[in-house]
Amino acid sequence: MTGKIVYARSKGFFERFERRPGAIKDNMHYCPGCGHGILHKLIAEVISDYNIQDKTIFISPVGCSVFAYYYFDCFGISVPHGRAPAVATGLVRANPDNIVISYQGDGDLGAIGFNNFIQAANRGENIAVFFVNNAIYGMTGGQMAPTTLPGQKTQTSPFGRSVTNEGYPLKVSEMVAALDSPVYVERTALSSVRNIMNARKAVRKALRNTIDKKGFSMVEFLSGCPINLKMNAREMNEFIDNQMSNYFPLGCLKDIADSRDPIKRPEGVYNSRQVIDVLYPVKVQKGVAPDFRNPSRIFEKERRIKIAGFGGQGVLSLGMMIATMSKLRNFNVSWLPSYGPEMRGGTANCSVVLSREPVGSPVVDKECNLLIALNQPSLDKFLPELKTNGVLIYDSSTIEPPNCGDRIVYAVKASDIAKRIGDLKYANSVILGTLSVVMEDYFLEGADKQDFDRTFEEAIMDCFSSKQSVIQLNIDAFYAGKQAVFKENQPDGAADNYGDCAVKNK
Amino acid sequence: MKNNKLYTVIIKPEECKGCERCVNACPKSVLKMGEQLNFMGVPYAYYIGDGCIGCAACFYTCPEPGAITIIEKSEEGS
Repeated sequence: MTGKIVYARSKGFFERFERRPGAIKDNMHYCPGCGHGILHKLIAEVISDYNIQDKTIFISPVGCSVFAYYYFDCFGISVPHGRAPAVATGLVRANPDNIVISYQGDGDLGAIGFNNFIQAANRGENIAVFFVNNAIYGMTGGQMAPTTLPGQKTQTSPFGRSVTNEGYPLKVSEMVAALDSPVYVERTALSSVRNIMNARKAVRKALRNTIDKKGFSMVEFLSGCPINLKMNAREMNEFIDNQMSNYFPLGCLKDIADSRDPIKRPEGVYNSRQVIDVLYPVKVQKGVAPDFRNPSRIFEKERRIKIAGFGGQGVLSLGMMIATMSKLRNFNVSWLPSYGPEMRGGTANCSVVLSREPVGSPVVDKECNLLIALNQPSLDKFLPELKTNGVLIYDSSTIEPPNCGDRIVYAVKASDIAKRIGDLKYANSVILGTLSVVMEDYFLEGADKQDFDRTFEEAIMDCFSSKQSVIQLNIDAFYAGKQAVFKENQPDGAADNYGDCAVKNK
Repeated sequence: MKNNKLYTVIIKPEECKGCERCVNACPKSVLKMGEQLNFMGVPYAYYIGDGCIGCAACFYTCPEPGAITIIEKSEEGS
């Protein structure tokens, strides 16, 4: 049969939904008879007809339509619950030529993100909001929403919504229409074909306003959720046309787009140099200084450091101090914390990478160069990740001497020294002091040994700038950690007297 | 001969989820629900083969993007 295709799959959709996981690539994930599919088709048709695919950004909400970016052949962003108008504001302010569609459900817009939405409406942002109102929380299994009708039974209102207890449904469109900024507010229904064709007109009008930069347009769609309301297609349409439309009357509530001039905002700052200066005020010098005189071969190599202990021991701040200090020594650094859900008592570790070159991955999971262990479980867990010839520093006041093979091991009685200074919390600064001695070759660039300790002090001050009272004690702990190493190196075997630091396999 | 245009509607069985919206919406009642199941395990709608007027009611009411296609038949093909 020959013929001309008059209505077919819209060009606004992808040919195949390759982003959708699973075997089905032609269909949407929505339930049979869902209103989302109908509205998606209307929007896709308009995007294709107006030829705005290259500048349209479709913001998917949280709800069943969270995966709308599987389907639309335009830009897509998934945002946190209810925050679509806030993200849309940023997008349209950053580039006023963007055509931003904020697609939201009644839980997303009416409950969680209502303030975001109403403020964006009041600012008159140049966006189109499509509000799908199905009188229920669909994705989570049919709980009561702000727009649930009086007397309607849901999972959380099994005797029907009572206006004395839960109040009346939220009339979002009426509230928005009462504001001065919005230019176009209409309520339509996705029920009968006649209503769907009205909805189609409303979608076209809202996007036309956005293209013409007229301001905030909103269309509310009364939509069906046949699965959660346990209805078939005919009952669903009757419910929308007879019950929902009674409470939420259909029609255009406001249309003043013709009398408004296009929005003009103050122009943003797009000087990239200026932006970089504001964002990255510290100039990082890459490579080696001209007066570089460090003969050590390890200087050029990337250091991958893992610091582990239990939460509250100062594991993360030790990592932060090392990173801050290295930043002052012109290294490129990364600092990545990792800790359990417990506030106290769980295990914590952090990965620090120092390099003269840009840092690739901030994750240190194998090929670790330096492991700092502050308790026994951490040592047992991370020791296998330490490279052969890698360096281990551990707190020998709490940890049994491990069997380390070819690795270089430094043991410091960090907790004991810290206790002598005043508090167990200073153990991390003691370790930092030890580190400054055993890794000296790595951090020294040349004849700058004088200000070497200064950088550590600055790092400590930087990390504890919010707790001024502990800075001096941490600096004391740092020097105590340095001393612990020197004592060991004294020729008369003073290490046996103090026993603070021991070196094996050196 | 009258200058009536002729239309036909194609429903892809593998894309239909059997919600019956098109069957309810068709003003000429030329769409029916079938008995057979597609690979998703739902019965799907079909066109009885005659009487489509090309109003696109089924197309716009269908929630699936490509399940329904409406074709205008050319004269020599009819």
